[in-house]
Amino acid sequence: MPGFGLTFGFTLSWLGLIVLIPLATILLKAAGMGWQEFVAVGLSPRAIASYRLSFGTAAAAGLVNAVLGLLVAWVLVRYRFPGKRVVSALVDLPFALPTAVAGIALTALYAPNGWIGQFLEPIGIKVAFTPIGIIIALIFVGLPFVVRSVEPVLADLGRDVEEAAATLGASRFQTFNRVIMPAIGPALLTGFALAFARGVGEYGSVIFISGNMPGRTEIAPLLIVTQLEQYDFNGATAIAVVMMLVSFTILLLINGIQAASRRRMGI
Amino acid sequence: MIRRAFITRMLTAGTLSAGLMLAACSGKPSNPDAIELTNVSYDPTRELYQDINPAFAALWKQKTGKDVTFKMSHGGSGKQSRAIIDGLSADVATLALAYDIDAIAAKSKLLPADWQKALPDNSAPYTSTIVFLVRKGNPKAIRDWADLIKPGVEVITPNPKTGGGARWNFLAAWAYGRTAGGSEAAAESYVKQLFAHVPVLDSGARGATTTFVERGIGDVLISWENEALLAQVKLGKGKFEIITPSVSILAEPTVAVITENAKKHGNAEVADAYLRFLYTPEAQTAIARNFYRPRDPKVAEQFKVQFPAMTLVSVDRDFGGWAKAQKTYFDDGGVFDRITGQK
Amino acid sequence: MSRETALRATSEGRLWQALLIGGALAFLGIFLALPLIAVFAEAFKTGLGAFVLAVQTPDALASIRLTLFIAAISVPLNMIFGIAASWAITKFEFSGKALLITLIDLPFSISPVVSGLIFVLLFGANGVVGPWLAAHDLKIIFAVPGIVLATLFITFPFVARELIPLMMEQGKSEEEAALSLGANGWQTFWYVTLPNIRWGLLYGVLLCNARAMGEFGAVSVVSGHIRGETNTMPLHVEILYNEYDFVGAFAVASLLALLALVTLVAKSVLEWRFDMNSGAGH
Repeated sequence: MPGFGLTFGFTLSWLGLIVLIPLATILLKAAGMGWQEFVAVGLSPRAIASYRLSFGTAAAAGLVNAVLGLLVAWVLVRYRFPGKRVVSALVDLPFALPTAVAGIALTALYAPNGWIGQFLEPIGIKVAFTPIGIIIALIFVGLPFVVRSVEPVLADLGRDVEEAAATLGASRFQTFNRVIMPAIGPALLTGFALAFARGVGEYGSVIFISGNMPGRTEIAPLLIVTQLEQYDFNGATAIAVVMMLVSFTILLLINGIQAASRRRMGI
Repeated sequence: MIRRAFITRMLTAGTLSAGLMLAACSGKPSNPDAIELTNVSYDPTRELYQDINPAFAALWKQKTGKDVTFKMSHGGSGKQSRAIIDGLSADVATLALAYDIDAIAAKSKLLPADWQKALPDNSAPYTSTIVFLVRKGNPKAIRDWADLIKPGVEVITPNPKTGGGARWNFLAAWAYGRTAGGSEAAAESYVKQLFAHVPVLDSGARGATTTFVERGIGDVLISWENEALLAQVKLGKGKFEIITPSVSILAEPTVAVITENAKKHGNAEVADAYLRFLYTPEAQTAIARNFYRPRDPKVAEQFKVQFPAMTLVSVDRDFGGWAKAQKTYFDDGGVFDRITGQK
Repeated sequence: MSRETALRATSEGRLWQALLIGGALAFLGIFLALPLIAVFAEAFKTGLGAFVLAVQTPDALASIRLTLFIAAISVPLNMIFGIAASWAITKFEFSGKALLITLIDLPFSISPVVSGLIFVLLFGANGVVGPWLAAHDLKIIFAVPGIVLATLFITFPFVARELIPLMMEQGKSEEEAALSLGANGWQTFWYVTLPNIRWGLLYGVLLCNARAMGEFGAVSVVSGHIRGETNTMPLHVEILYNEYDFVGAFAVASLLALLALVTLVAKSVLEWRFDMNSGAGH
C-alpha cells in the first residue's frame, strides 16, 4: 500500500509542530524550576484545594452522567417515542455549543434571581457560585461523552442473550445486572473517563457559574489563569503540569480499557 | 532504495507541514499612512475612552492632518499588564494602579523605571475612590465599614490578586481597620472577617458589579466610585444607593507610554500627546462626565455635587508605596493568602 | 417461547418504559434544552430590534469575521492531518501505534487554559522563541496567528478520532483490490477510500468546526482582547457581558448557539445518510 512515508511523515511532523513542541516547552519550563519550587507551588494548600475541587466536581458530574447518560442511551436505543430524532440530536448540543455561551446561559438559569434559581433559593438550595453550580456545568459538558460511548455498544448488544437469560429464569433486573452491565461496562467506563477528563480541564462554562473563592470554589484552570495574572509563570506551569500528568494518565487508562475490551470481544 | 524514498517522503511531508504552519502564522500587513494607537486599559474605563478617543482624534487631525484610530483592549488590570509583558504591543497602558505599570517596567524594560515622573500628578490624570453600593432603601442599614461584618451581610468584592480595583478595596478596608482598631493586627482581624462575608470572588471589578447587580447576589458591593455611579446610571436608576464610608482611599489609576513599543510603531509623539491630552480641560470634563474625579480644580468645582469630600488615605503615605503594599498584602504567601487560604 | 413472551422478558412494561422515557426527557430538558432556550430568550428579551442592533456593531461584525477566518484556516488543516494520520495508522503496521494514537488524543484531555499557556510560554515576549520573534518583528501571540495556533491545538484530534475507528473497521481490502487493478495511490484514495469515509469525515469536520468557532479558554489566554482585532465571537460575548450589555452578549451568544443548532441538524442528516450507507453494505 502506498503513501506511508507521506502520511506518516506528515502526521509526525504536524503532531510535533502543533502539539509536541509546544507541550515540551511547558515540561522544559517545569524542569527548569527545580523540584522543591515545583512542589512548593504545584502542591501548595491552595493548589491542592483547587485540584480537590476540580477532580471532585468532575468525578461527581461524571457519576451523574454515567447514571443518567446510561438512562438516556437506553431510552434512545430501546424505545420508540415521538421526537426521538430531535432528542438524539440534542444530546450532542454540549459538543457544539461554545462553553462560554453555556456558562452565561447556566448562570442566567441558576443565579438566585434566575429562571430556576428563584425557586431553589427560598428552599435554601444555592447553586450558582457554589460547587453544585460547577457540577451542573460539568454535567452539561460531559453528558454526550457517556451517551455516545454507551449507545453503539447497547445497540450492538443482541437481544438473544437477554432472551436466553430470561429463559433461564432470570428476572429483568438480574438480566440487566448480570448480562447487560458487564457488556456495556467498558463503554460506560470510557464515557465516564472522557467526561471526567473534560470536566477537570473545563474553563469557559465554569468560571461564570463558580464563585472563584480560593480554597472553596476556585477550580484548577482558574488558578492557572490567576497565577498568570500575577506574573507567576512558574506557579502556572507547575499547576498545569500536575493537571496534565493526571489527564495523561486518565487517557492512557481509557485507551487501556478500550484495548482490553477489544481483545475480550475478539476484535 | 525503499528506505531512501521513505525518508525523502517523510522530509517532504515535514517541509509541507512547516510551510502550512508558516502560512497559518503569516499576519496581515498594516497600512503605513494611518496611525494606529493601541491603548491597553483596565475594565471600567471602556466608556471613558469611548468618550475621549474621538475628541483626541479630531484634535490630532486638526493639528497634523493625520488620522488616528484606536485599538482598545480592556480586562482586569493585572491580566492586561501581564499581556503587555508577554508581548501585547501596547503603545500606551492606562491601568488601575501604578504597581501594574511598575511590573511592566521591571519585567520587560519596555519603559523606564521612573515612568511615573513623565506626566503630572504621578501620571494619574484622574482619580477615584472606593465606596459602597447597596440595594434600594439600604435594607441592611449599611453606613460604614463596621456594618459589613455584621451577621447575615454578604459583601461582593473582586479578587485582589487579579483585579486592580480589588486591591484598592482591600487597602481601603485595611485603612479602616487600622483607624478603628488602632493596630495592624486589628486591621488584619477586620479584613479577615470581611472576606469571610464574601460569597463570590470575581477576577475583576466588572465581574463583581455584574454579580451584584445582575445576579442579585450580596447586600453590598465594594466598588470604585466611578463604577458605582455608572452602575446607577446604566443598570437602573433608583435601584441602588451609594454609601460613602468614613474612611476610604485615594485611588490613582495611572497612565504611561510604553516607550519601546511606541518607538517601534513610530507612535512615540502621538502617544505622548494622547496622554497629555487627558490633562486638558476638555478631557478632564469628559473624565468627570464619566464619573472619575478630575485633577483640574475648575472642572472639579463644576462637578462637586457628584463627588463629595471624603477622608482619604493614600498608598504612598499610609502603605509605603505600591511595591511594599503588593509584597506585604498580595504576593503569594502575603496577608491575603493568609486570611483566605487556610480558612 | 412465543414471540410475545420473549419480548416481554427482554423489555420493560409500558409503565416502566414511560417512566424511563419521562426521566430521560426531563433530565435532557432541564440540563440541555433549557440553557439553549435561555440564550435565545435573553437575546430577544427587548425585541428583535435590539438584537439586530447588537449584532450589527462593527466590533461584533469584526469578531464574526475573525471567528470565520480562524475556522477557515484551522479546520482544513486539521482535516488534512486527520486523513493523513488515519491513513498511516489504519493501513500500515508499525510499532508505537498505540502511543501515537494517545499522543493525537492528547490535546483533547488538556485543559484549554493550559493549551493557551503553552503558546504563551513558547511565543510570549519572555518565552522560548519570543525574543527572536520580537527581533524579526513577527507577532504570534496576542495576534491572529496565536489564536490560529491555539485553535489548531484544541481541535487537533477531532477529525482523526472520527476517522481512525471507521477506517480500521473498513479494513484495506478495497484499497488493495484497487491497487492490484493498477490504480496509483492518489487514485485509490480519491476513488475508493474517500467515498467510503466521506460521511465520517464530514462528521468529524463538523465537530471540529463547532469547537474551532466556539473555543473560549485557550483563545482567551492568547488573544490580547483588542476590540475589532483579536476578539473572537466567544470572547466578544464575554466583553459585552462585562459591559453590562446583556442583550448584546446574549445576541452574539445566540448566533453561536444557532451555529450549534445548524451543526446538530447537519450532523443528524449525516448520521441518517451514514446509516443508510452502511446499512446497504451489510
